[in-house]
Parts: sequence; C-alpha cells; structure tokens
Amino acid sequence: MASTVVDEHIDHAVEDHAHEHHDNFITKYIFSTDHKTIAKQYLISGIFWALIGGFLSLVFRLQLGFPNAQLEWLRPLMGKWITTTGKLDPEFYLALVTMHGTIMVFFVLTAGLSGTFSNFLIPLQIGARDMASGFMNMLSYWFFFVSSVVMFISLFIETGPASGGWVIYPPLSALPQAMSGSGLGMTMWLIAMALFIVSTLLGGINYITTIINLRTIGMSFLKLPLTIWSFFLTAIIGLLSFPVLFGAALLLIFDRSFGTSFYLSDIYIGGEALPNMGGSPILFQHLFWFLGHPEVYIVLLPALGITSEIIATNSRKPIFGYKAMIISMLGITVLSFVVWAHHMFVSGMNPFLGSIFMLLTLIIAVPSAVKVFNYLTTLWKGNIIFTPAMLFSIGLVSFFISGGLTGLFVGNSAIDIQLHDTYFIVAHFHLVMGSAAFFGMMAGVYHWFPKMFGRMMDSKLGYIHFWISFVGIYMVFFPMHYIGIAGFPRRYYSFTNFDAFSTFVDLNAFVSIAAIITFAAQLIFLFNFFYSIFKGKKAPLNPWHSNTLEWTTPRLPGHGNWPGELPTVHRWPYDYSKPGAKEDFIPQTVPLSETPESNLQHEAKIVAELKSKVKS
Amino acid sequence: MVNQQVHIGEPKATLSMHPKKFALWLFIVSIVMLFAALTSAFIVKQADGNWLSFKLPGIFLLNTIVIAMSSLTMHLAYSAAKKDLLQRVKWMLLITVSLGILFLIGQYISWSELINENVYFVSNYASGSFIYIFTGLHGLHLISGLIFLLITFISSLRLKIHAKNLLQIEMCMTYWHFLGGLWVYLYVFLLFNL
Ligand code: HEM
Ligand SMILES: [Cu+2]
Repeated sequence: MASTVVDEHIDHAVEDHAHEHHDNFITKYIFSTDHKTIAKQYLISGIFWALIGGFLSLVFRLQLGFPNAQLEWLRPLMGKWITTTGKLDPEFYLALVTMHGTIMVFFVLTAGLSGTFSNFLIPLQIGARDMASGFMNMLSYWFFFVSSVVMFISLFIETGPASGGWVIYPPLSALPQAMSGSGLGMTMWLIAMALFIVSTLLGGINYITTIINLRTIGMSFLKLPLTIWSFFLTAIIGLLSFPVLFGAALLLIFDRSFGTSFYLSDIYIGGEALPNMGGSPILFQHLFWFLGHPEVYIVLLPALGITSEIIATNSRKPIFGYKAMIISMLGITVLSFVVWAHHMFVSGMNPFLGSIFMLLTLIIAVPSAVKVFNYLTTLWKGNIIFTPAMLFSIGLVSFFISGGLTGLFVGNSAIDIQLHDTYFIVAHFHLVMGSAAFFGMMAGVYHWFPKMFGRMMDSKLGYIHFWISFVGIYMVFFPMHYIGIAGFPRRYYSFTNFDAFSTFVDLNAFVSIAAIITFAAQLIFLFNFFYSIFKGKKAPLNPWHSNTLEWTTPRLPGHGNWPGELPTVHRWPYDYSKPGAKEDFIPQTVPLSETPESNLQHEAKIVAELKSKVKS
Repeated sequence: MVNQQVHIGEPKATLSMHPKKFALWLFIVSIVMLFAALTSAFIVKQADGNWLSFKLPGIFLLNTIVIAMSSLTMHLAYSAAKKDLLQRVKWMLLITVSLGILFLIGQYISWSELINENVYFVSNYASGSFIYIFTGLHGLHLISGLIFLLITFISSLRLKIHAKNLLQIEMCMTYWHFLGGLWVYLYVFLLFNL
C-alpha cells in the first residue's frame, strides 16, 4: 500500500520534469500555470494597486489637511477634477474615497495578499508539485487582471469612477441622476467586481482542493503550518460569501440598467418622483455586509497566518497554543458570518435584533483575543531575532490590539449610535484591518523574498521602512479617534464649514503630513524590492533556519518544486529550541528516529513501536 | 520495501479525493450560496410589504417532471457506463440532453405565461422580478450543465466512457443532479413562499 503511494509520487516527479523544458518566455512569465509565477504576478499587481490606492488617499488627505491649499499643480494629472479656482472637485473627492477603499480592500489586501501568499505557499508548504489545477489558477489571475484593467480605466472616464463609497449603497449608487460617478463609473465598478468575484472563486476553489487533496505523505491536518490553516479558512470564507456579493451586485445591475425595483422606492429627484416603488435599500445593506464582514476576515486571516509562522520562527520557540490557534480561526470563520448587522445598527433595524448582533459581535472578540495572547506568549522569553519580517509581524500584533479594542466600543449598539460613520470607524478599521493586514503582507514579502527570488532584501532599508511606517501609521490613525468622538462624519469633503470642528484644523494637517511621510517610506520598500530582485545578495537555502517544507527546495525551485521525490513529513512545523536537540530547529522532514536525544515521551514511544514493527 | 518502511510506518498518506471532483463540489457550494442569498433576499423583501402574490405558471410542474426524468436518464447512463453497455450510455446521454433542452423551452414558455398574468420583470413588485431572476439564473446554470453533458456525450461517441473511465460521467452526473435539485428547491420555495 505504502509503496504504491510512493511510486505514484515518483511518477509525478518524472512527468513534471519532462514539462519543465518546454517553457518559452510566454508560458514561463505570462501565461504561466506555475503557482510560484502566478504568486509573483499577484504580488506585482498588488504593489501596483497599492501605489495607486495610496496616491488617491494622499490627494484627499491634502484636501482634508490643507483645505485652502492651491492644487493647481495636480491639474496635469487630474484634469478637470481640479476646479478653476485650483481646488479639488467635491464630487471627485467622493470618487477618490470610494476608489481608495475598493482598491485597498479588494485589489490589494484580498487579491494582492491571498493571491500572492496562498498561491506561493500552499504547494510549497504542504509538499505538492503545484496547485490542483494550474490552468484554473492561471485563469484566476487573468480574470483578476481583466477586472483590474476595467477598474483602472474607470478612473479616467469623463464622468468619473464610482463615487458612492466602497460599500456602494443604493439608491446613491443606483441612480446616475444622484451623482455623476453613479453613471458609467458605477457600471464599470460592477463589471470589474463581477470579474473579481469569478477570479476569487476560481482561486479559492483551487486553494481548498489543493490543501485537502495534495498534502504530501505525513502532512496531516495537525502538522500543517498555521499559514496553511489560515489560507484554507480564508478560502472557505470567500467561497461562502463572495457569491452573495455577486447576487447583491446582480440585483443592483438590474435596478440600474433594466428598471427593476429591488432596492429603490419612493425617490424624488428635483421634486419629481421616480417610477420605482416597493424596493428596499436595507436589503442591499444586508446582502452587502453578509459579504462585507467576512471580507474583513478574508483580509486579516492570511496576515495572521503569516504572522504566526514568522513569530514562531524568529522567537525560536514553538508557537504557543497551536491547537488553540486553529480553534480560534475556526471560531472566527463561523462567527464572521453571523455578525454582519453590526454595520447596520443605525439603519433603523429592530433594537432587539441589534442586541443579538451586538452579543454575537462581542463573542468574536474572544477568539481574536486568544490569538493575540498566543502571539504574546510565543514572544515571551523567546530568543527573538529582529528581522524586518519579525518587526512587521510584531507591528501587526500591535495594530491588531489597538484596533481590536475599539471594536469593542463600536460593537456596542448603543455606543455605536454616536460613533457610526465618524472618523472613529475610520480609525478602527484602518488599524485592525488596513494596517494590520498591510503589515502582514509586508512581513510575508520580507520573509519569503529569498524563496521567491533567490536573493535577500536589504535588512537595513527594511528597518527604516518598518520604523517610519509603524510610527507613521499610528500618527495617521490615532488622532482620528478624537476627531471621530467629537462627531466628525467620514466622507465629508471639508472640515472647515463647521465651527465645531475648527479646533481640529491643526490635527488634520498633522495627520496629512504623517500620511505623506508614511507613503514616502513605502518608496524605500519599493526600491529595496526591485533592486534586490536583481542585485540582492544570493540567498542561502534556509536563511531563517525555518522548519517548513519550502526551505527544503533548491534556491530557485523549478516547475514541480522538488527535483526528486516529494518530501515526507514526520513532525509538526514548530520544533524550535527543542530541549536536547543539537540545533535550535528540526525541519519537518527529519524523522523522529533520527532525533532520539530530543524526542518527547510519546514520540519515543512511536519510534519504539515502529522499530518493533520493522523487525517483525 | 523494508528500508522504506522505516520512514513510512509513521507518516501516513493523507486522505484525498479526486481533486477535480472535489473542485466541482466546491463550485456547487458557491452556486448554493448565490441562490441562498437570492432566496433570503426574497423573504426579506416579502416581509417589507408591497408584495404581489400570483399563481405560479402551471408549466412549472411539467418542467419539474421533465427535469426529474432527465436526472433519471442521467443515472441510467451512468450505470450503463459502469456495466460497459456503451451503446446504452450514448442513448441515455442523448435523451438527457433532449430533456434538458425541453426543460429550457418549458421555462421560456413559463415566462410568457407570467406575462399573460401581468407579472413582469420590470415592475414595482419585486416578487415578479424575483421569479424571472430565479428561473433565468437557474437557466443559465442549466445551459452550462448542458454544455458539460454535450462534452460527455461526445466523449461517449468516441468510446471514451466505460467502466474503467468513469470520472467524466460521474462529475457530469453530480452536476446535473445538482441542477435538478436546485430547480426542485426553487419550485418548492416559490410554492410555499409566494
Ligand atoms: C473585536 C472585534 C471587532 C469588533 C467587535 C468590531 C466591530 C465593528 C463594528 C460594530 C463596526 C461598525 C461600526 C459602524 O460602522 O458604526 C465595525 C466596522 C468595521 N470593522 Fe470592525 N470589529 C472588530 C474587529 C474587526 C476586524 C478584525 C476587522 C478587520 C480585519 C474589522 C474591520 C472593520 C471594517 C472594515 C469596518 C468598517 C466598514 C465600513 O463601514 O466601511 N473589524 N467593526
Ligand atoms: Cu464587521
């Protein structure tokens, strides 16, 4: 039995190697089915989008921080969206906010993050030659690419891109009469997102299938690295929630272009009634947030998985509470589907229903807190090695704590009446989701860069990048809590029209300057990244002395990942600093029988049993 | 064998199913979520008022019978393939395809029945619009099922489907049964909730 399994794998190996030599430039770098290349395609696209999304935020931060500034110099880039008096067009301000949110949430932190690391790490860490379907994987990237193109073009059209907020609530988003962004821009938004959903589903189906079916010998579920667990659960959340967004968008499309009334009712524009009757905009909010809330965990979980791996490796300690981590993630996965209405506390919903959703929302804080404590206890008394990846991981934990705590406030349906749709919410989710997931992504890039490109990134530049980003992000988002508690609503063009908020002028200027500095620090990363791809120091095979399988591949793994047989897994991935062991790490491929000096009691027993079996 | 055993005894081969079949199931899950979302939207909307109740097109019942029969013939095709009755596989697949097309035609007729009853897609009553969405979306998925069936049928003409090569027809059957079941769900849902 066992030998047939092994033979089969060897067969695969031979087969895959035969393929390797047929690649030409196009199949190797463009229409590639190799998961590693697709991961890099996602990463580069993600970085591209992050720059665009970041730039948009700088423009509206300029407006908020310096409402009197002359923006004439932006005209070459933004054309008529700079008014004749040299100001930002108020309606385009809304477009900027909308596109910033859409791009960051979906294109950077969903596609850029999951797309990069699920693709790159799943086969490498479970010991597979590639994804279950390389073709579907390629298709997934190209759907994303086309979606990106549509979204990108929508930035430049005459009537402007979608402007109703990233949550595209109707009726604002449904009626071109309501704002110019709800015309063609919104149509393109919907097309792009439909393609995006197809891409996400294709990718997710592949990730789940691969993790369940293509694990190498010995890689049981309880030997999987936590990265893989997080990608797995993320893909499941996506599979269950994105179709719902698709449904919501479909009904919106019919309302916009065919005249149905799913979401529209009793609307007067310029004193004239629209024909639509009987629709319910609240219905859209339910459907949207049924995806929207799980989506925040789609963004966050992969970052947490990456962090688990990096913190354990660089603390030189087993992750604290491996099973508790898995159970917490399972808990988050399930709970993330039953809290969506906490985004709708003030939508006029039944207060009793509100308190049910409040209860469920506060329960989700428990598994989140378990994860935080496990990170802290893993760090506790570790031999911490402060690589840039490690710093970014610790930064993530910090953001997750400070943003998570405010979650407890806004999760209270009574307190949320004051805080809803103010800058407090902006502060909350930028810390807990935006910054935390962004740091997870950066941590992942610094950590796995050697495996992706066979070279090392410069760690000095990495440290500078980290410290400016870390301090900068707190300088940007911490003050927003105060602005929000004072009651200033989000998505407003200008602070200065209200006397009550004139005391915040300086604070807003401060935030904007901090944002500019933080953005500038990302250029350091950009330089480091591209320079190191070509000129970085050559990477050793296992630069971080890590246990997981990807570090058993050659420096630049070919299509098929391992030149010979697939590795066999004998232990969990967190045997760091095991008492008695010769070195402070034992890779997953080392059999227990080779490490009698460090085996725990039950492990020694397994070895003894094995030996007696072999003898008989 | 022996020297392998030292390594293998402890790590076990991981459980696994055929990846393609598994992916198909996941695809089905995503379709389930889409229709779950739409049918719950229907219920939420209904609780909101401004609701028009009307009689379901009578042809729905007929269509339901047609799609159930097609599931049956699909199953017969599969068991014929298992027994290597290749001629029968072809015939059964062909009948399944025809029943599928018949179903689609029936659904199209149901739309004209609806229009005769003054239930329109574009109207102020979401109940009407929803019916068109349900039948239309289900129809689109059914077309994808028909394409899959046709591909399987072509394979059977090339004698590529037999007892030792069942993967394709198995997957085709899973998908087709699912589409039939989905229609039955929608029909029963409408019967009880309209
Ligand atoms: C302790 C756990 C958490 C609780 C209790 C919580 C609660 C809430 C509540 C009640 C809101 C709605 C506030 C409003 O709009 O008035 C909210 C908004 C938000 N939360 Fe959280 N949250 C938690 C953790 C998270 C996490 C981990 C993420 C992301 C990974 C996240 C991302 C968001 C986002 C993106 C929004 C705003 C969406 C928008 O309106 O544009 N939250 N949170
Ligand atoms: Cu939420």
